[in-house]
Amino acid sequence: MKSYTKSIPLIVTLLACAFLLVPIIQSVLAGLTVNYFRGLSSGLTLKWVGEVWTLYSGSIFLSIWLALSCLAVTLVLGVPAAYALARNPGRASRILEEFISLPLAIPGLALALALLQLYGTYQGFRTSWVFILVGHVLYTLPFMVRSVLSVLAAIDLKTLEESAASLGAGPARRFIDIVVPNALPGILAGALTVVTLSIGEFNLTWMLHTPLLKTLPVGLADSYASMRLEIASAYTLVFFVMIVPLLMAMQWASARAQRIMQ
Amino acid sequence: MTLSLTNIAKTFPGGTKALLPTDLDIAKGEIVSLLGPSGCGKSTLLRIIAGLEVPDPGARIVFDGEDVTQQPVESRKMGMVFQSYALFPNMSVRGNIGYGLKMQNMPKPEIAARVDEVIALCRLEPYADRAVTKLSGGQRQRVALARAMAPRPRVLLLDEPLSALDAALRSQLRDELAMLLRQFGITAIFVTHDQDEAMAIADRVAVMSQGEVAQIGSPEALYRNPATGFVARFVGDAMPLEGQIEAGRLRLPGGMLDLPESAVGKEVLVRAEDIRIDPDGPVTARVETVTFLGTHYRIALAGVGPELLFALHSGLSAPKPGEHVRLSIQPEALIILPKTVAA
Repeated sequence: MKSYTKSIPLIVTLLACAFLLVPIIQSVLAGLTVNYFRGLSSGLTLKWVGEVWTLYSGSIFLSIWLALSCLAVTLVLGVPAAYALARNPGRASRILEEFISLPLAIPGLALALALLQLYGTYQGFRTSWVFILVGHVLYTLPFMVRSVLSVLAAIDLKTLEESAASLGAGPARRFIDIVVPNALPGILAGALTVVTLSIGEFNLTWMLHTPLLKTLPVGLADSYASMRLEIASAYTLVFFVMIVPLLMAMQWASARAQRIMQ
Repeated sequence: MTLSLTNIAKTFPGGTKALLPTDLDIAKGEIVSLLGPSGCGKSTLLRIIAGLEVPDPGARIVFDGEDVTQQPVESRKMGMVFQSYALFPNMSVRGNIGYGLKMQNMPKPEIAARVDEVIALCRLEPYADRAVTKLSGGQRQRVALARAMAPRPRVLLLDEPLSALDAALRSQLRDELAMLLRQFGITAIFVTHDQDEAMAIADRVAVMSQGEVAQIGSPEALYRNPATGFVARFVGDAMPLEGQIEAGRLRLPGGMLDLPESAVGKEVLVRAEDIRIDPDGPVTARVETVTFLGTHYRIALAGVGPELLFALHSGLSAPKPGEHVRLSIQPEALIILPKTVAA
């Protein structure tokens, strides 16, 4: 009896894992087989991965470039914003914090449509990668602000700054020497979240992209729509290779930030 | 250095008067304690001197002849020890102590030498390269002091530096702190709510109550000649004797007590150590509780006034709870002051 009660949850868990993992494994294998319709017996190959590289390397580099630019912008905007919110706890700050978080509640499509309505007529801007960057920053900024803010809220920032000031540090030195180092776990967790989200973002990017500016997920959709299945599957594999380490690093950094906050 | 404060007041937004206009002069090398209950304005005064709080217009803060009233905190060249110590968690002990020197753009070898010197003075050698998060409360307190002292500040401000420690450690560190401050020979202002701390460390104590300095003087002067009932109660725990005052005598529920002077319309206070258990004494009281404290007994007495009266009794034995005893108090030991509203 006892072994049954123990093994049932285990079986359920394994089944759930299989439900999620089997399609992924199948997709990865599809990208590595010579001919998907003949199955594994047709042999394994890296040819399709090579094809993906020749067809879509531009998308890969664009996504990396976008993610890093997005990271730079969210760092420059988000860290000081989180600092300002942490230093001025009050109603106004609370409202502002919610306001920054608003893009989380709005579907990416709506956000993209709003951007297109407002800036779509500025041709140079509309067709530039910066247009997509603006969308990504809007979408990822709240994650950076929240991550940094939660770490800053957990330390007695005011007194730390007062003591630095008593030792002769002006506002800029206090920010660099005290605020940033102590917010670092939050900044790291926020940075990994921003990069992961930016690389994986589809909704908003799909609306904002032009045929010449396809990011990684947009390229993936494109490859399933217009290429043979093996190439699209190989693309999925490339996508995994890029996003899974980032996801794991993000988990690790968030856990670390949590520990420091206690 | 000398410190001169003129007309320092603080009104919080909303109109609460945290500090009424206060003047204070502190001599070079003098250690002054601001003593009072929470909310008396002592921390506000300290924070105004530091520059962490802006005083009401008309205030003047002068460090050694230099008016610093308009200067920001970082320009005042003062050191501060915070109640929570506020050590920088992202720096080692050495990094914390050297931070103020780094801010003065001192060359690295000189910083290292000065940091070593202060570390030795504060006996922190074994912990010099440790993370500050790995230190005990007492060690943190010494690092906070070393960090504030390393840049050789003009004045050292301490905000309840011992209150974050547990009781046993507190009394040990109190004497250590007093010794270190004398060794540094620095002008210092020390905020505390603990009269023993103020007495042990300060040359002069400013007793504060409800936003103003009630009395300032040496610990002995405050103890022997308190200016107000509040000071008498706060320094040395004087207890009021309530009864009918009639021509040089005080009629208590338990008997008549001789007064040293006419006290009509005034209040009479007494300290626990001045009450004697004396079979020939003029006042009767009932023993409520007896606490043995090693060197003496602390006896709670009822029937003398509306509240319990405490007496310190030294001797090999003490009366038992429930017994009636007779008390005597030397007239000159009584404290007679104009009536004040109890704070």
